[in-house]
Formats: sequence, structure tokens, C-alpha cells
Amino acid sequence: MGAQAIARRGEVAVRGLSKSFALAGGRLNVLRGLDLDIRAGECLAIVGASGSGKTTLLRMLAGLESPDAGEVRIDGVPVRGVGTERAVIFQEPRLLPWLTVLGNVAFGLEARGLPPPEAEVRARETIHLVGLADFEAAFPRQLSGGMAQRAGIARALAVRPEILLLDEPLGALDAMTRMTLQEELARIWRDERVTMILVTHDLEEAILLADRVLVLPRSKGERPRLVDVALARPRDRSEQNFVALRRRLMAELSLH
Amino acid sequence: MSLHVLDTPATAPPSQVPALLHRTGAAGAAILSRWGLLLAFLLLWQVASVQGWVSASVLPPLGTIAGALWRGIVGGALLDDLAISLQRSGLAFASAVGLGIPLGLLMGQLRPVERALDPILQLFRQTSALALYPVFILLLGLGEASKVFVIFWATLFPILLATIGGVKEVDAKLIEMARSYGATRATVFRRVILPASVPQIFVGLRLSATTALLLLIAAEMIGANRGLGFQVMNAQYNFQVPLMWAAILLLALLGLAANAVLVLLQRRLCRWSADAR
Ligand SMILES: Nc1ncnc2c1ncn2[C@@H]1O[C@H](COP(=O)(O)OP(=O)(O)OP(=O)(O)O)[C@@H](O)[C@H]1O
Ligand SMILES: [Mg+2]
Repeated sequence: MGAQAIARRGEVAVRGLSKSFALAGGRLNVLRGLDLDIRAGECLAIVGASGSGKTTLLRMLAGLESPDAGEVRIDGVPVRGVGTERAVIFQEPRLLPWLTVLGNVAFGLEARGLPPPEAEVRARETIHLVGLADFEAAFPRQLSGGMAQRAGIARALAVRPEILLLDEPLGALDAMTRMTLQEELARIWRDERVTMILVTHDLEEAILLADRVLVLPRSKGERPRLVDVALARPRDRSEQNFVALRRRLMAELSLH
Repeated sequence: MSLHVLDTPATAPPSQVPALLHRTGAAGAAILSRWGLLLAFLLLWQVASVQGWVSASVLPPLGTIAGALWRGIVGGALLDDLAISLQRSGLAFASAVGLGIPLGLLMGQLRPVERALDPILQLFRQTSALALYPVFILLLGLGEASKVFVIFWATLFPILLATIGGVKEVDAKLIEMARSYGATRATVFRRVILPASVPQIFVGLRLSATTALLLLIAAEMIGANRGLGFQVMNAQYNFQVPLMWAAILLLALLGLAANAVLVLLQRRLCRWSADAR
């Protein structure tokens, strides 16, 4: 009821973003003058060959890395370091081994200053949301890879970010677990109304989840391209348009 | 299979006998595999001593040693030695812990400080504390201070270096994760760096505890008139061989007790770690 009336936040504007690294005496230009607008509540996938700068871009959006030139604005405010409206989900779960699942999920909330009792209550809710309720008291070493990544996702969701930044979050999982968690990410994105920026190697995952796909070129001479995913949700991997789009993205990737 | 099987009381109801046999058999095998060699060693000692395979004046029968130990404890002589030895090594070890862990935690985080101090630390560590003992005696006299200081010196470095190593080896990805949630430096230290270093710190603590005992004995043998180390030398000199063995036994028990306490503490603090058992 009236969900549309709520002012949605989590809009990202990237302007002239550049980043290079020192490399073997010279400099490696990873990104050069990138412009990009991400709507509030949009799901954007970022694909590109290995070394094309996906992680670098995401880290700058997260505020974990600062650009050489240009800026990122979130809801109009320039990014200076990490911020409470963003949360990152890394490729590895990055759970603290000495905390239980509950402790890990509460960690992000506590790091942001929520008193532990409240953090615990909210952590419990989120753990339930990702289907780990039975493993609240388990330590990370007792979890499977998929369960650990669920805990990592819960930790990020618990802080109720406007923007979720994901760097190949399912890349290390087996195909079955990955498909399950892809569906889960689709559900989370739909229910939580977050802006989702998802770096992935998996074109199917990009098409399944994203409104648009940003293709980063391998050669720095080329411009990055945006591809619309004009498919109704929920999406079906075997549907004809899905497959056609996948083929097109594949061509985009090998073209660059 | 084991002796215990033969010992099983015949009063058990017939229907339960196989299960009981099996259970006591398994327990007996477990005890035997863990303590069997120790028992065999003690048995060999006893037999060798009583049968005269070795000189009983050097390796007295176990009963004689136990008697000397009992008299030493009841009479208070060995207890005094034990107390002073505990005081020396405890004071030195506690000081080394009190300085080594905080300093290590600090140094592990400040790369420039760590890099600047590393060469001199390596030099100090490689210089045997025993070789420096005469120097400490010259500086601090032949009293308690030089003894405590030489033990402190020797125990400081394992703790310090293990703590520095522990801090340096903390997974940078975990620190970055904490940072991505806006954790302050203090929070990162308290909730990531400190707990992650605990297993390494314990490696240092256990190494240091062994070193403390070694240095204690050496220091007490060189210039003391009390202490277990002194008593070992003194009893040998006066040809009170059972008393010598009693003092040696106490030293061994001291080492075992120190290690047991540390292992227990480690288990409590590192329950999360799969290899903390
Ligand atoms: N801290 C750094 N110092 C030096 N070079 C770096 C650094 N971080 C990234 N690079 C370089 O920048 C380039 C882009 O790296 P990035 O990690 O963004 O690629 P990616 O697209 O995420 O690749 P992958 O798909 O393999 O994860 C690479 O060539 C990498 O070597
Ligand atoms: Mg990457």
C-alpha cells in the first residue's frame, strides 16, 4: 500500500571516474573518465574480462578505494570513504571465525554503533530471512560454502543499506547452490527495494537479476557499454529472449 | 585383548557380559595406548633398580624417591624450594607477558616501528639469555633481581615475536570487511585483530613457559642457596640422591602443570578454532 509514494533513495551518479595503478615502472589505467547513472532501486550488473576493472569500480563505489579523478555521488552527496547507506558483499564470506553466525551478522550493526541487544534482535530477523535460522549458533567452520555466503549476505542486509554492492558473491559456489542463491538474490532485491550493483562473471546471473548490464571493455581505448535487459520478471533462463540476450552479451564481451 | 578384559568381574549377568567386555576392553585399550609407555618406563626403572641392573645409588627405587619427596614436602624443605622457584619464574613470566603482549600488539600494527625494531629484536633473541647471565649478575648482583631478570629476558622474546607475528598475519580481508561497516580503528583492533592473534599468542606463551623453567633451573644452579634448581645440585653434591630425584620430579611436575593451565586457557579462548584441541 503506497509503497511507490515513499521517496526512494540509493541513487548513484558516477562522473569522470578515473583510476590507475603503478605497475612495473609505468602506470596501468584501469578506468578512464567513466560516467554512469544508476537509478534508485535499480539492479545493475557489471561484467567484463578479468582485469577490466570491475572490482576496482566497485571498491570506489564502496569507498574502500579513492579515485584519481572524478567522483561518485550518492543521492547527490559525494562519496568520501565508506558510508552507512552502502554495504558490500565480497566474493568470500569474510566471516569472523571466532563469532557464531549470529555474532557475525550482528557485527556490522554493532560496528555501526547499534547496542548489542538491539543488534542481536535485528540480526536474528535477517538470519531468518536468508534461511539460516537453525544455524544461528554455528561457527563459520561448521558451515558449508553456500551457508557461509548466506551469512555474509545476511550481515550486509542487516544494516538495511540503500545500496548493496556485490563482488562476484556466488563465484566460489557450486552450480546448484549458485542457482538457489541467485533466486534468493532476486527475491531480496524485489522485497528490500535496494539498489543492487552486482559484479559477476556469469552472464546468466547478470541477465537473471539486472535491469541493465554494464560491459567493461578489455582495451582501454573502447568505451564501456550499457545493455538493457528488457525481460519481464520472474525470468526464465531457458526462454528464447533470455538466450538471445545472453548470446548478444557474449558477443559484446569478445568484441572488446 | 587387554589386561582389563581379564579383570572383568564374573558377577555380571551373563546376557550383559559381551557388551561389558567390549566396553571395558575399549576403555582399557584407550588407557593403555595413552599411558602404557609411561607405565612400562616406570616399571623398567623399578625393576632395574631393585635387580641391581643399574646402581641403586644413582637410580633409586621409586619408593625411595617417593619417600624423599614426601619427607621434603611434609618437612617443608622442598616446599620452600618450590615456593621460591615459583616466585622467581612466576614474576619473570608475568612481567614478560605484561610487557610482551601489549608491545607486540602495538608493534604488529605499526609497520615502520616493527621494521625498525626487527633487526635488534632478532639479535637479542639469538643471543642466549644464559650467555648474558654473567652480565646480568654484574649489573644486578647475585640476588633475586638477576635471576628474575634472566628468566624475564629469555621469556620475553618468544611472547613478543609470536604476538607480532599473530597481528601481522591477521587476514587483511577481515580488516577490510570490518572497515566497510565503518568500524573505527579501536573496534577493528578489539574485535578483529586481537581475537585473530590469540592462537599465535598462545604458541608464544607455551614456548615461553618452557623457556622460563629452563632458565629458572640454570639460574638457580649457578648462584642460589634456595630453589628447586639449587636443590638438585645441592642434593647431588651431598649425595642425597633420592632428594635430588624428588626435586627433579617436582620440576617436571611444575612444567606439566604450567603447560596444562595454558592448554586449558587456550581451549577456552579458542573454542572457535578447529585446531584448538
Ligand atoms: N591495489 C592494486 N595495485 C596495483 N594494481 C591493481 C590494484 N588493484 C587492481 N589492480 C590492477 O587493476 C586491474 C583491474 O583489477 P580489478 O581487480 O578491478 O579487475 P577485475 O575486473 O575485478 O578482475 P577479475 O574479474 O579477475 O576479478 C588489474 O590489472 C589489476 O592488476
Ligand atoms: Mg574482481
